[in-house]
Amino acid sequence: MTDTVLSSARREVVIGFDRPFVMIGERINPTGRKLLAAEMKAGDFSRVEADALAQVEAGAQMLDVNAGIPLADEPALLARAVQLVQSITDVPLSIDSSIIEALEAGLAVYHGKPLVNSVTGESEVMERVLPLVARHGAAVVAISNDETGISEDPDVRFAVAKRIVERAADHGIPAADVVVDPLVMPIGAMGTAGRQAFSLIRRLREELKVNTTCGASNVSFGLPNRHAITGGFLSMAIGAGMTSAIMNPLHAEPKTGVMAANVLMGTDRDCVAWIRANRDPDAAVGEGARGRREGRRRRA
Amino acid sequence: MTDEEDFDLAELPDDELVTQMHDDLYDGLADEIVEGTSILLDRGWAADRVLADALVEGMRIVGIDFRDGILFVPEVLLSANAMKAGMAVLRPLLAETGAEPIGKVVIGTVKGDIHDIGKNLVAMMLEGAGFEVFDIGINCDVDKYLAALEAHRPDILGLSALLTTTMPYMKTVIDTLNQKELRSKYIVLVGGAPLNEEFGQAVGADGYCRDAAIAVEMAKHLVAARRSSSAAAIH
Repeated sequence: MTDTVLSSARREVVIGFDRPFVMIGERINPTGRKLLAAEMKAGDFSRVEADALAQVEAGAQMLDVNAGIPLADEPALLARAVQLVQSITDVPLSIDSSIIEALEAGLAVYHGKPLVNSVTGESEVMERVLPLVARHGAAVVAISNDETGISEDPDVRFAVAKRIVERAADHGIPAADVVVDPLVMPIGAMGTAGRQAFSLIRRLREELKVNTTCGASNVSFGLPNRHAITGGFLSMAIGAGMTSAIMNPLHAEPKTGVMAANVLMGTDRDCVAWIRANRDPDAAVGEGARGRREGRRRRA
Repeated sequence: MTDEEDFDLAELPDDELVTQMHDDLYDGLADEIVEGTSILLDRGWAADRVLADALVEGMRIVGIDFRDGILFVPEVLLSANAMKAGMAVLRPLLAETGAEPIGKVVIGTVKGDIHDIGKNLVAMMLEGAGFEVFDIGINCDVDKYLAALEAHRPDILGLSALLTTTMPYMKTVIDTLNQKELRSKYIVLVGGAPLNEEFGQAVGADGYCRDAAIAVEMAKHLVAARRSSSAAAIH
């Protein structure tokens, strides 16, 4: 059992074995979103606000916040985005940047215990990011690549993840606060990407006993009807033991894939969430016994 | 598939064989492309004509349908692979005749960055379009780029980055080319998820390639434009 506890000022979310899968909303990220990038750079954060609310409404338990815009003041933009999102939602955040100053700026304004996205196995990156994570008492996403690249050998990727977990411990960060990203490649360009990810996820859980996450949408890059592939991947990855993902909860297929997996893994106890989301709306408002019972309980 | 669809490529007249090769490229059939290429050569076609009429034209159609969302990444990779198989037959002959290649490209991911899926995709698509591609890998510093430029004398230098932290290194590479007065020798194309048009201009690249299909279109266009302007300068 490994629990990674994240929090905002008002709410706690736990990523953990045998708990419902945690969906981390991916939308607040200007990479590949021309309009959002232009607006954020010009100081217009209305779309950030709308994206935050819509993703939480759709069931995201956490949100990833990224402000990686070329030729912009990323630390200032990220800090502002973090503050704004925390002012309108109470979900914990994943503060996402490859720039240390931006991570620092985001952490400085954050209320609660965030997830820092991310550290890699590159020595230089670990030496910069891990002290920052330790100082703020945050948790961190560990990406399983190092200076030599993204290995196609799952054993190498596992070894890199292990090294990051050990280095984190040297800095006083417990393994429970390291969430490993096994790096999911586009299946359309690499046919073994799925099986690689599943076997790595299983080992990370069973041998390293860490929680896992990934950028789920990456898997379906370049394919038609890609959300269905992402949804299928998520179900299978959860079956292999993955405990969270950075994903788009606004797309029906990935979200359904997660919810169904929660049912099948037994973490959606008594199928409560599934039934709530899928009950025939006509039945719910009908004049059957259920409606009457609920009426009685409300009055009681 | 039924038996009646089986036929012998060698029995087709030239024009139908070429059309069939376009279809086979579209379907990513490497063996059939090698066979068709050999048949045309046996019939006395020059290697550069086989390249232009059968292979490059076939890949042009593939490129259009990829751009328009009709074909998808795995299909295009198969097409590019089939094209490569045909090129392997043609390359020694092209070298003998001294025919000018469509273009040569040196491509690599910049220093500090180890991401290469997008870069590999672009390299494969360029090869598929008939370019000779020298992929120098990930984490390339200026010296590595300079050495590759010196060794291969390409038309195009392609720089890739996936991180906001590493993409400024593109400017370092281009600035160094300027300092050494080498910049005008090459078309410099940049690409990678966090980049945009404005960034490409700011670092002094000749083009920003949003995806692999655009990279191929831009590479073809810029090489052709450069050759026609240098031809015009000679006359």
